Amino acid sequence: MKPRSLDEALEVLERHGEGARVLAGGQSLIPSLNMRLSSPELLVDISSIGSLKGITLDQDVVRIGALVTHAELERSAEIARHVPLLAEAVRHVAHPAIRNRGTLGGSLALADPAAEYPACALALEATIFISGKRGERGVKAAHFFKGLFETDLKPGEIVTAVEVPAQLDGERSVFLELARRQGDYAIVGLAAFRGAETRFAFFNVGPKPVLAKNAALKKSLAEAKEALKADLLVTGDLYTDAATKQHLAGVLLERAWNKLSTSH
Amino acid sequence: MEQALDITLTVNGVEVSRRVAARTHLVDFLREELDLTGTHAGCEQGVCGACTVRVNGDIVRGCLMLAVQADGCRVDTVEGLSDSKELAALQQAFHEKNALQCGFCTPGMLMAAQDLIKQKRPFTREQIRAHLSGNYCRCTGYQAIVDAIEEVLDGQG
Ligand SMILES: Cc1cc2nc3c(=O)[nH]c(=O)nc-3n(C[C@H](O)[C@H](O)[C@H](O)COP(=O)(O)OP(=O)(O)OC[C@H]3O[C@@H](n4cnc5c(N)ncnc54)[C@H](O)[C@@H]3O)c2cc1C
Ligand code: FES
Ligand code: FES
Repeated sequence: MKPRSLDEALEVLERHGEGARVLAGGQSLIPSLNMRLSSPELLVDISSIGSLKGITLDQDVVRIGALVTHAELERSAEIARHVPLLAEAVRHVAHPAIRNRGTLGGSLALADPAAEYPACALALEATIFISGKRGERGVKAAHFFKGLFETDLKPGEIVTAVEVPAQLDGERSVFLELARRQGDYAIVGLAAFRGAETRFAFFNVGPKPVLAKNAALKKSLAEAKEALKADLLVTGDLYTDAATKQHLAGVLLERAWNKLSTSH
Repeated sequence: MEQALDITLTVNGVEVSRRVAARTHLVDFLREELDLTGTHAGCEQGVCGACTVRVNGDIVRGCLMLAVQADGCRVDTVEGLSDSKELAALQQAFHEKNALQCGFCTPGMLMAAQDLIKQKRPFTREQIRAHLSGNYCRCTGYQAIVDAIEEVLDGQG
């Protein structure tokens, strides 16, 4: 099933209810089908919907269509210039052949705790645009990510685009991640932004990315590292226990702190 | 009950039309329907890279794409790029540097490596390794593979 327009796609999703699943790049959905983790009756391939594509800059806002692939983000001059945090992050997302098909919208909709973009969205205070039969709404990243693979998306809704403020002169951002090998999912990662306000968005420290709110308010690194403990409430996973993750989060905070503080 | 769909695509320069089950993976379609068994299927979860093929010029995972998603596309496999001699220099270098042992990973490695070589510019060993990070080899330890690719890149001057 391959609708040509957003309206058509929303129509089909409504008609088929729970049995239908959106298929974008397929780089997460197809493996889960292969492993029999899910077996939707109908796949609604949204990849031909033109309105979900492209990157545009308007005033100081960058709008990125949900179907923009990791590879397109990586190659985009607009992203390199105006959203350097994402340009850095995309290099950590999977491998070239997967980057050619996987999409920004798919990654946000999936909300994998180890994925890079959700944390970037938090750090940049991105707005995620969602369309459903009842119209369009914009949701701030902080309200979009609800839990482990859980978002504010309702059945039948489609992520259409993401808007992020363009990085201004004097603002800084840093993306850091510890992984076993290039392209693997992160053990722990950090998307950091410093403008009028500082934001440290950690990921893979728990079920969803978190802003270390108290650490961001501190004047010294030592105080920030201390505050980080209560900010994160780290949980371990199959591979790394909570204490190790907490330690690694502190290491990343220190690196980011130093990078954000040194002038170019 | 599974739905079947008619698709038309260009595989290694030849147009083919077939009716396929909606959930058939591209790699299975190539291997079973078209007998192009050079493309391998290993993990079927996108992890190993053995199934790497080109779709509209870009490398993708054959196991993470459905045949129906390739409708209207240009698909190139290791057989096609061998026949056109595009892979000749790389295959020669793999042979000379002993960059393959069992050969299971080789088609995917060649496809991923050619993706760098066709850009006709220099790459460091780290960049080569990063580009191949999604391709697993259980035999060679990668050193010889990177050597072979480096040789071809150097030869392009
Ligand atoms: C080996 C491997 C390594 C990977 N490593 C990483 C990594 O390091 N970091 C990382 O972030 N990702 C990684 N990924 C996942 C990859 O980035 C996926 O591309 C991405 O998570 C999902 O995007 P997609 O377009 O492929 O979505 P799909 O697989 O098509 O869909 C994923 C889910 O999102 C839903 N969906 C998709 N698009 C929309 C939309 N617009 N609106 C509503 N729902 C939608 C689907 O219904 C489905 O439930 C990896 C994948 C593989 C196979
Ligand atoms: S079979 Fe496709 S990546 Fe392993
Ligand atoms: S040569 Fe055997 S897996 Fe690479």
